[in-house]
Amino acid sequence: MQQSEFLNVVMPFKDKLFRLAKRLLVSKEEAEDATQEILLKLWSKKKSMEDYKNVEAFAMTMTKNFCLDRLKSKQAGNLKLVHSNYQEKGSQLQTQIEAKDSVSWVEKIMAELPEQQKMVLQLRDIEEYDYDEIGEMLNMQQTAVRVALSRARKTVREKLAQKHSYGIG
Amino acid sequence: MESDKIEKLIEKYFEASTTVAEEETLKTYFSKESVPPHLAQYAPMFQYFAIAKEEKFTKQVPLDSIASVTKKRFNYKWLSVAAVGLLMFGIYFGNNYRVAQQVEQEKAEFAYQQTKKAFSLLAENFNKGTEKVAYLNQFEETKQKIYNEN
Repeated sequence: MQQSEFLNVVMPFKDKLFRLAKRLLVSKEEAEDATQEILLKLWSKKKSMEDYKNVEAFAMTMTKNFCLDRLKSKQAGNLKLVHSNYQEKGSQLQTQIEAKDSVSWVEKIMAELPEQQKMVLQLRDIEEYDYDEIGEMLNMQQTAVRVALSRARKTVREKLAQKHSYGIG
Repeated sequence: MESDKIEKLIEKYFEASTTVAEEETLKTYFSKESVPPHLAQYAPMFQYFAIAKEEKFTKQVPLDSIASVTKKRFNYKWLSVAAVGLLMFGIYFGNNYRVAQQVEQEKAEFAYQQTKKAFSLLAENFNKGTEKVAYLNQFEETKQKIYNEN
């Protein structure tokens, strides 16, 4: 497989890998490194890549495993990920500052979710995968995916409502 | 779109039984600015999802360097071939050199023997000369006797 061919295969979903990595690892730099690592791994496996039914799902699973490993080693090393780059590129209108604030709250709330719910929510609501695709990527039953997703969505809703009623920003 | 339909969709959404298309409907609905106040609490979620989807991976991946690494590994194979070749070459020519050295040593030995022979011949003849000269001593002795007697 040539480099251009490889890039054609990988390009469409590399952003998805990055976003999943960022969701899990929080910091942008970590996520970039992780994505790069995954792409290089894929590149080194390029000979066997034709054999995989779904390269995208395979890459997603790789990303998930890699990031979870990273998190585990981070915890073992007693390092805490810190990040301060809450950047919102959304609604640019000056009048929507409050709405913008709640939007960034969603990101913070998602960061507090358990890893599995985080991943399910990311894959479903942001990347819009089917349930069976998510099941394949995360090695879960479809019903388990649905349950995790429902829980994640409800948690986000509740916490968002709390923030609104308490008015803490 | 009527808000009661949206409400139903939202209910389904939180039970995780909506399809991708229905979720798409929700997202487009909440991306609009005029959302009824009782639904406004859900707006940030969907807006955030839409925003989060825009994030791009911008870092360049150096696939070229990886390609060169695999190339380097390829070189190692040829390196071993070259090493074996060099070894064979060394053994072949090393042996030649050794044989040449042996021949030279034999030649040197032969020359040494010849020289030794020549020297011993010389020494032999020289000794013959000194034997003859020994008679001169006799002459000297008798000359002394004659002097003493006088």
